[in-house]
Amino acid sequence: MMPDKKICMPSEMPAANPIVYNKEKCIGCNRCVEICQVDILIPNSEKGKPPMVLYPGECWYCGCCVMECPLEGAITLRHPLMNQVHWVAKESLMNK
Amino acid sequence: MYQQDWPYPLEWDKEEVIQSEVLILGGGIAGCMAAIAAARQGLQVVLVEKGATKRSGAGGSGCDHWESAATNPCSKVTPEELAKAMLEDNDGFNNGISHYIECREGYDRLLDIEKLGGKIRDTEDAFKGAEFRDERTKLMFAYDYENKYTIRIWGSTFKPAMYNELKRLGVKIYDRIMITSLLTEDGKQGGRCVGATGIHTRTGKFYIFKSNASVMCMSRPARVWLFSAALPGLCEFRPTQCIGDGHAMGWRAGAEFTMMEKSVGAEFSASGKSYPPYGAGNNHNTWYAASLIDSNGKEVPYADRDGNILEGVSDRFKPAKGQRFFMKGGNIDNPKYAYEGPETLPLSKMVEEGYKLPFYADLSALPDHERKVIWGMMIGEEGKTKIPIYKNYKDAGFDPEKHVIQCYGRGWTSASFLPQERQLFGLPGGFLNDWSLSTNLAGLYVAGDSLFASNCFGHAATTGYYAGRHAAEFAQENGLMEIDLKQINNEKARVYAPLKNDPHNSIGWKELNMGIAKTMQNYCGEVKRNELLNIGLSLLKEYEETVIPNTFAYNPHELVRLLEVFDILTVSQIILQSCLARDTSSKPLCFHRGDSKETDIDKNNQFITVKQVDNQVHIGRLSLNYFGDLKENYEKNNKDYIGGGNYDAR
Repeated sequence: MMPDKKICMPSEMPAANPIVYNKEKCIGCNRCVEICQVDILIPNSEKGKPPMVLYPGECWYCGCCVMECPLEGAITLRHPLMNQVHWVAKESLMNK
Repeated sequence: MYQQDWPYPLEWDKEEVIQSEVLILGGGIAGCMAAIAAARQGLQVVLVEKGATKRSGAGGSGCDHWESAATNPCSKVTPEELAKAMLEDNDGFNNGISHYIECREGYDRLLDIEKLGGKIRDTEDAFKGAEFRDERTKLMFAYDYENKYTIRIWGSTFKPAMYNELKRLGVKIYDRIMITSLLTEDGKQGGRCVGATGIHTRTGKFYIFKSNASVMCMSRPARVWLFSAALPGLCEFRPTQCIGDGHAMGWRAGAEFTMMEKSVGAEFSASGKSYPPYGAGNNHNTWYAASLIDSNGKEVPYADRDGNILEGVSDRFKPAKGQRFFMKGGNIDNPKYAYEGPETLPLSKMVEEGYKLPFYADLSALPDHERKVIWGMMIGEEGKTKIPIYKNYKDAGFDPEKHVIQCYGRGWTSASFLPQERQLFGLPGGFLNDWSLSTNLAGLYVAGDSLFASNCFGHAATTGYYAGRHAAEFAQENGLMEIDLKQINNEKARVYAPLKNDPHNSIGWKELNMGIAKTMQNYCGEVKRNELLNIGLSLLKEYEETVIPNTFAYNPHELVRLLEVFDILTVSQIILQSCLARDTSSKPLCFHRGDSKETDIDKNNQFITVKQVDNQVHIGRLSLNYFGDLKENYEKNNKDYIGGGNYDAR
């Protein structure tokens, strides 16, 4: 018996939230869905709405979804907290 | 749990047969260039890619430098000198053929890509007057400014340019299909390759590709030792879905591999245990030659290979006194003295001398051109930097003229892995090739990361084009063959089997990948011992017999992830068999044995080859210079190409 049209999705909290859509800006063109080589996005069942991030853990953080997006600011790629790098003003070190 | 409709039509068990003269397996850099080469010979070409060809593969989002462009008009190094250096630097454990091709034809390919719309020169004169820029050609060089054989490129423009050319040439592109097996003549292991099978990653449809010749252009293996079930996309340097399917299906088909016993202690991984590539403070590769400072703002000196402190930033780009040229770039970590370039004094030594942690990369201390070429050109054009690093850091307020960016730990890699956490990096093992980049299976050619000792973007593009050219030659002389129905039916049963299991009683792909990774860490870690390697093999056999039959996937996407992990298991077996076959330690292969004191130098200084014949493992030995004289053999095998390239125009 092969699986049918329904797919199960775990309700567990994802470990990262790599792709954030701005609902005001996204026009639901799904270009990001089509460019993602890992195929982590699926089109929204409601036409014109932002795609759904079905497999956030599989994101490779390449940024091609943002590069392909026709609207500046509709998609934000975000590294998980443990991967966010720190920088400081050089001046603050020199004046120690 | 909640439920949701799968957005694509489900086509389990449906079948489509596609014919071509040349079949390209994988649509990354190598695959695109292979397809372009074959299509230019006027052949019908089909390219199959698991993701989306326009941006797929490790180099899809970009690349900032093109290595080994030895025939560019400014280069002072010859292809022969450079290929020899690459061999010597690895004590001969390198792919002389593929790297000579890279050195000899690399610049030809760069000009090709420029014609397709890729940007390779500073046409806007943004860096006019910079030390690294040639004013006549407007080419910009990296690392060794005197010898000028590494070219800075705007690689984010490359993949879309190749994609447009594929369409223009009439190459049929099949995106979202995972190739799962190679078809061989009469279904025999070791027989001529007559095509491949695939499965659609969204619909689950089964594909049969028949072809005169095929080119294997898939990734090197990954996720063998490193796995995170929460963040599988951050486990390794290569894209999530690039895990070495090609190696696994090649092994099943009887292809021969070498250097598969080589793995390195994980260091320059994507993230997880390190930081986003090119995103943390460092002074290597893309970030060369950033200044490093300690947390009091004190600069770490750069020195030449003899330990002479270099005073000016300019000196970081010059060979040492009496040195012909130096090597830097993606894969050159610890070069031999002959090729060793300028480097900061070791950070651990600096700490002992009173420098304060943490260290920072400081671009503000560089001359304008050097700062701007790192931040804004290299960071921006290198893969995975345009959005995640350049845009995001800038949006968050990072200013390279004011801010310094933290290095983590004491080394430039900003990584902290355990010794048993390993990966296939720095010229890893792969398909064994001859001078036409053919494998031991007639009709199967190989390029890019599938080749043993592969490395960078330029190598992928150049070997891709070369393999495509030679595959086209084979395809013109050898027609289609009937495929073996039994082989098709067996493969169909294999790929669909998990769908028939009960989800409540089965395991998914992540659990299996974790199990394999733990097995490899336990039994094939930093130090190899026969008794442990054998336990590893028997555990994997047990997984094959008892776990794989009880796996499940909810939809085509998860089925593909599961089939990938089956391939990771196969790759792990190749690695264990290769490790067992090498009975003494080997420094160039980063291979350390704990149970052998014997050092038979002659026996050790050979390639070990592995393949399957009638499902039995066959071990072979091959001289390190099996390819003979590079220039002579290249010319013998490329009579139709010679004269067209820049080698002769120099």
